[in-house]
Amino acid sequence: MGSNSLHVLKGINFNVNEGELVAIMGSSGSGKSTLLNILGMLDLLDKGTYDLDGVPIKDLDETKAANYRNKFLGFVFQSFNLINYKTALENVTLPLYYQGVNRKVREAKALEYLDQVGLKEWATHLPSELSGGQKQRVAIARAMITQPKVLLADELTGALDSKTSKEVMALIQEINKSGKTILIVTHEEDIAKMCSRIVRLKDGVIMEDKRNKMVKAI
Amino acid sequence: MKRIFDKDTWQEIFGSIQKNKVRTIITMIGVLWGIFIYIALAGSSKGLDNGFERAFQSIASNSIFVWAQYTSIPYGGYKSQRAIQLKLGDVEILKKRVKGIKFIAPRNVRGIFGSSGGNIVRGNKTGTYAIYGEFPEYIKIASSKIYDGGRFINQTDIKNERKVCVIGERTQLELFEEDENPIGKFISINKINFKVVGVHKFVQGGGFGDDGDIYIPFATFRKIFNTGDDVGWFMIAADENIDGVKVERDIKATLKEIHTIDPNDERAIGGFNLGEVFRKTMNFANGLTFLSLIVGIATILAGVVGIGNILLISVKERTKEIGIRRALGATPSEVRSQIILESVFLTVLAGIIGIILGALVLYGINAATVDMTDFPYTNPTVPIPYVLGALALMIILGTLIGIIPAQKAVNVKPIDALREE
Repeated sequence: MGSNSLHVLKGINFNVNEGELVAIMGSSGSGKSTLLNILGMLDLLDKGTYDLDGVPIKDLDETKAANYRNKFLGFVFQSFNLINYKTALENVTLPLYYQGVNRKVREAKALEYLDQVGLKEWATHLPSELSGGQKQRVAIARAMITQPKVLLADELTGALDSKTSKEVMALIQEINKSGKTILIVTHEEDIAKMCSRIVRLKDGVIMEDKRNKMVKAI
Repeated sequence: MKRIFDKDTWQEIFGSIQKNKVRTIITMIGVLWGIFIYIALAGSSKGLDNGFERAFQSIASNSIFVWAQYTSIPYGGYKSQRAIQLKLGDVEILKKRVKGIKFIAPRNVRGIFGSSGGNIVRGNKTGTYAIYGEFPEYIKIASSKIYDGGRFINQTDIKNERKVCVIGERTQLELFEEDENPIGKFISINKINFKVVGVHKFVQGGGFGDDGDIYIPFATFRKIFNTGDDVGWFMIAADENIDGVKVERDIKATLKEIHTIDPNDERAIGGFNLGEVFRKTMNFANGLTFLSLIVGIATILAGVVGIGNILLISVKERTKEIGIRRALGATPSEVRSQIILESVFLTVLAGIIGIILGALVLYGINAATVDMTDFPYTNPTVPIPYVLGALALMIILGTLIGIIPAQKAVNVKPIDALREE
């Protein structure tokens, strides 16, 4: 929140192709979250360009950023970030609400996505009644419902045990297999190994960018 | 604007309001109290207003009393401190010379102002009551009600010096049996038999007088008490649309002329202008209404500021939720309008409950005071424009006060909001 500026990313140049499952790795302070926030239009870049599906992302005001986020991006967070007084179904419908989609359509679609993550029976439950893994799957359903171009995940397994992590990663791989581009920020080596490409950051620069033979989560 | 009529918007608002019940209730109490005070005050001052009007209705609101006293200035060869006596002949002169007199009723009394009253006997029941000598005009000025079956003194009574009387409610109670109809019965006043022709209902207001008063024709009175052409005082009704103060002044000036009094002698002729008192009382009531409006609006204002305050805290509390919404594609204007609509909704809901509670309390006070005719409080109502005005005020204030927390919510960057754990 301070007015001090800090250069976190110092010259990063990389492309992500459609259908890639990219892991962005690095220790804390390496700039990986900042990179993801810029990609997610939650943060603004000081210098440089960012093209998303051929659309240059620039001159963002809050309204424009909100619309882009809503249309192009899906977010999955480490702490799930579900709204705690809304049911799983209501949480999943929220992005469509901001698109102005009719309520019935919204709920039908949300139910469909909840079904895909295996939580159809839990639709009417509040987040407090769900386990960590279930919460994250609700969050993934919520991120997917707008059929975004890119799914951005910030330490999505950070709050989960290794078994649940694997289950969630299996879901991510499945989504990726259907052609969705996914970027995952993580510092866990075994999570990164489940991705098709690993980008390693250190002190704001890319140290390594290599293809990876995807390890099946389960 | 479109959002206001969107069912989904309201579902979002209800959702967030329902999940924060305690906050919602506390928020609402402030405004509820404000509007409650506003309605109760406005209604009460209206009730007081009506009460004053009712208190004055027993007597024409433009009536004037004029009586004679002692001179304070020597004039026309007379010394000062001379006692002045009004005469019956003054009536015609006043009617001729003073414009704006509608009715003029000369009156005499025995039983108050130090004189002894009439000794009334009926069978073995006795009592002492004030006896008034009246002209028929009296009933047109003081709108005392005569109970069914009875009548007031009329012109023929005066002409024939009839021995008839109108008695008070209390007189009836004390001299007659409970189920006895007094009309046509006789009572003895100072050993002279009088026929009862009516019973008057006593209404408080308009100076002296009580529920035991007995009215007899002026002509009969002067004969019994040997008062000749003397008049105790004049009771005058001025025309509706004429300045009562001017009429009073003219009457006094004319009387001073008739009775050879210095025109500058303020003491010789006494007067009491009920119209003036009425006007002043109504001004007071209007002032009270105005005051209650100010107090009420100020209280509403305080309540609305309370709403703003609590919404501000709630925005802080909900920073993360707002961040999530922003990340999921809520535009700043969507976030803003949600917070403002929450504010307006809470304000109006609290306002409506407050109006209902206020109305109930007014209803209760009215029910409790309906039989208290001495208490100047009748039919407390709040005019619909006041109610609508208060609602409009609440919507405007709710919006304005909602803007502050809404702007605060918008100013939080989604990235910072999400980072907040």
